[in-house]
Amino acid sequence: MSDLAFAGVAAQADKVRRKDVSARELTELYLARAEAHSELGAYLHLEPEGALTRAGAIDRALAEGGDPGPLAGVPIALKDILVTEGMTTTAGSKILDGWVPPYDGTAVERLRRAGAVILGKLNMDEFAMGSSGENSSRAVCKNPWDPQRVPGGSSGGSAAAVAAGLCAASLGTDTGGSIRQPASFCGIVGLRPTYGRVSRYGVVAFASSFDQVGPLARTTEDAALLLETIAGPDPRDATSIDAPVPRYRDALNGGAKGLTIGIPDEFSAEHLGTGFDPEVERAVDEARRVLEREGAAVRSISLPHSRYALPTYYLLAPAEASSNLARYDGVRYGRRDAEPGAGLGAVYGETRGRNFGPEVKRRIMLGTYALRSGYYDAYYLKAQKVRSLIARDFARAFEDVDLVLSPTAPTPAFPIGSRADSPLDMYMADVLTLSCNLAGLPGISVPCGFTQNGLPIGMQMLAPALGEETLLRAASAYERASGIAGARPPEVFHG
Amino acid sequence: MKTLTREETRAVAELARLQLSDAELDTIGAELGQILEHMEALAEVDTEGVEPMTHAVPMSIRPRSDEVEASLSAGRAVGAAPDAEDDFFRVPRVIESRGEESS
Repeated sequence: MSDLAFAGVAAQADKVRRKDVSARELTELYLARAEAHSELGAYLHLEPEGALTRAGAIDRALAEGGDPGPLAGVPIALKDILVTEGMTTTAGSKILDGWVPPYDGTAVERLRRAGAVILGKLNMDEFAMGSSGENSSRAVCKNPWDPQRVPGGSSGGSAAAVAAGLCAASLGTDTGGSIRQPASFCGIVGLRPTYGRVSRYGVVAFASSFDQVGPLARTTEDAALLLETIAGPDPRDATSIDAPVPRYRDALNGGAKGLTIGIPDEFSAEHLGTGFDPEVERAVDEARRVLEREGAAVRSISLPHSRYALPTYYLLAPAEASSNLARYDGVRYGRRDAEPGAGLGAVYGETRGRNFGPEVKRRIMLGTYALRSGYYDAYYLKAQKVRSLIARDFARAFEDVDLVLSPTAPTPAFPIGSRADSPLDMYMADVLTLSCNLAGLPGISVPCGFTQNGLPIGMQMLAPALGEETLLRAASAYERASGIAGARPPEVFHG
Repeated sequence: MKTLTREETRAVAELARLQLSDAELDTIGAELGQILEHMEALAEVDTEGVEPMTHAVPMSIRPRSDEVEASLSAGRAVGAAPDAEDDFFRVPRVIESRGEESS
């Protein structure tokens, strides 16, 4: 049965529709695996009864000749930042302990409508602020390839669960790399769509001009299938893009021939101020050669302002976060912690002081500092202007190339605790993913090999706005040519 | 290395409605100093005449027709509050009563 857990979304939906396996059996399989691998720390919340009830309804619909949709009976788990009606949603934070939302977010609603079974909620860095998963207030999440190492972040639970076969696929969010980086650390495919391609309605807000929902999956085919399910305009999100949604799976067989791929000169150690693991560089060079053999042309390009992506992002995103997180005031939802008789000001201060974790406090403080009158021009406005320059660099580069290729992260998964004491070292894990978010572009991380120690390596491709089909076309061509996708980690915790 | 003083850090914490211990103020003050030092790199970028980018993709606000649609009931909306009564959020008193003023 365990092969079935790794079969992928598209194949599982076919099996359910052909009645080779029931939605209930598939759901039971994943529930059992999730229980057996609980030490991995991937799940924050499992919803067995709800999932089995839903699976039963899908099986009945099929028995009666109905069509439950393209994801018929496929068990999916969600990063705990996606709002789910009747199912606890904490965004990995103590301040939302016990919150049971009264509505579904748009992406979740679309998954359900397509026939998916929601298994539960997955671990993450608190409010998606983190690059390792270690900022969860609830539990340490481990990398299934090496439990001494982090799964990446912030969608660490999503990446770990998909890699370990604890759900068929997952949705995460990517504000600065939070889908792509954990996907690369855990050896799976992670797709961040163009800003606005997927509705942000019902996504706990971190930085509203960067946040975007996307799939984490075992293959490019699964990522395409999930994206075409959740993408599209939504009247409840005024920033969602009003463009038709292609059938992304049709892009998968286009091949690499005819594509021009740009390699940025600046994505190098000397420009970015951080070390690159030589094994990562070698694997991505080799992937580039595979794409060339498949017919892609490769040339070097320049993104001169990309070296400023990190300071730009770490001013703008915390500024937006400091404003978004003002809503956690101990009044409307989540926890209230204050001494008896405390006034309203003390309710705010104590509730927030006691329930936000260190990284969230740091970013709220940084954002508040940057937005203060007298500092606004020097920090926030300056960063917004540099953001324009970073976006312009990409616009210029995409006049000559179809895609930009680089490693997803400078290193493979690092040991748990190794960067916990240095915020700046931790931020460096995002140094190659941030530019995409600043420019609002789509990006994908695809497995492209392993280190000698058996840790997955991921390569990143970026495309112009609404270029998801190009990303999937190139990624799928690479996946077929390399045969790397779908590798399974050892069953470390299997009981 | 740059460090924010405890008083500077406290002023920011008050703006952010975060009650922090002295130890937290000192740690965050030092970390913010270090992070802000890294941010100074932006000063060297020539942004003369560059428009600030306020959103990820250019977009115009789409008007919608002004029609009443079903929305969350008041009871459901306050249902997850830590303290609520009769469809209202309950908070500590913020306005003093007349009686208290004269006493």
